[in-house]
Amino acid sequence: MITLTVDDRTIQAPDGSSVLSACLSAGIIIPHLCWMETDSPAGAPAACRLCLVEIDGFRDPVTACTVPVENGMTVYTGTEVVRSLQKMAFKLLLSVHRVDCKHCPANKACALQDIAKFLGVGLGCKPFERVLKEPEVDTHHPVFDYYPNRCVLCGLCVRICRQRHRQPQLSFAGRGFETVVGYFDADPLAAANCVSCRECLAVCPTGALVERTAFEGSTRGNS
Amino acid sequence: MEHSLTAEDQAHLEILQTQIKSSPKGRGQLIPLLQMAQKALGYLPDDALSLVADHLSVTRSEVYGVASFYNQFRFNPPGKNPVKVCMGTACHVRGGEIILENFERKLEIREGETTEDREFSIERVACVGCCALAPVALMGEILHGHMAPSKVEGLVLQVRLEKEKAQREAAK
Repeated sequence: MITLTVDDRTIQAPDGSSVLSACLSAGIIIPHLCWMETDSPAGAPAACRLCLVEIDGFRDPVTACTVPVENGMTVYTGTEVVRSLQKMAFKLLLSVHRVDCKHCPANKACALQDIAKFLGVGLGCKPFERVLKEPEVDTHHPVFDYYPNRCVLCGLCVRICRQRHRQPQLSFAGRGFETVVGYFDADPLAAANCVSCRECLAVCPTGALVERTAFEGSTRGNS
Repeated sequence: MEHSLTAEDQAHLEILQTQIKSSPKGRGQLIPLLQMAQKALGYLPDDALSLVADHLSVTRSEVYGVASFYNQFRFNPPGKNPVKVCMGTACHVRGGEIILENFERKLEIREGETTEDREFSIERVACVGCCALAPVALMGEILHGHMAPSKVEGLVLQVRLEKEKAQREAAK
């Protein structure tokens, strides 16, 4: 076990775990979107840029998910610098997000709402311009509809699919502002497992993946 | 716009199939195979993506994910008269966006797409190296400098008239 200090508290964590996982198991909240419990510090994607912390000995704030715990480490999770970086990263996420919570199935069960509450900010994205994608919904997948403007591109669905099936049915596509997550198979039989698996739906932190109530092809195309 | 495969495309696909069958396997072969497919067909239709996916035993989603990342791969057939509108700094300053928009409106397609008859396709390019002539557009291999909305009309009309003329002569 490793002993480290986080915000004047002394906590213990197993060797090789990340600062993020150590803090979370000790009940210290650090906002995060793209991290999975199975991630090692070397394997974490560090894509959401929300889990930043300051650690003594590091000049700049670092992502807590990629730094392994060390004995005697001193971590600060709530400094002014950290909070301002987190708010900035959060605004950037919201700048490509359609804020329409009333009509979103993830309302009140949404990681973005939780993070906004934690950081004490609203769901605006000023001074950034809001850039939304077209079309509003992608109905390629046989089981769920994908809403690109609700997606934060955390990649959890793609990664869980790869973990469970070795051959991911979901994939990132495009680049830059056009990046989406999606299912791109012309053959509906290829997604036979999807009906029983649904891990991607469970893991999505927002309402980007919405199960179709009658997915026998009836809603295809009439979005 | 979805383009259905022409007889020519079908023939190319069959050639591609035999080429792919004799190619090495492994994830590292994904991009070389996509390049091979695009060389054979000029673009990557769904069927070509499926051929590559099946050969490498990866999902089609993954193949599409990789292909859509790179600028060199296209999913629409190239037009007989590919229009390339320059968006370099000089052309941007001189209204390249307006020229692009004119082509889009005249041909009723968006940038990156191909007209139904596969006569035209529109692409944006970074710089073609003749900034003094900005704004610049290429149609096929021919460069057109000092572009203006009226010139866009003229160029498209010219190609369409020539096609009609050729058709009439062929019918004779």
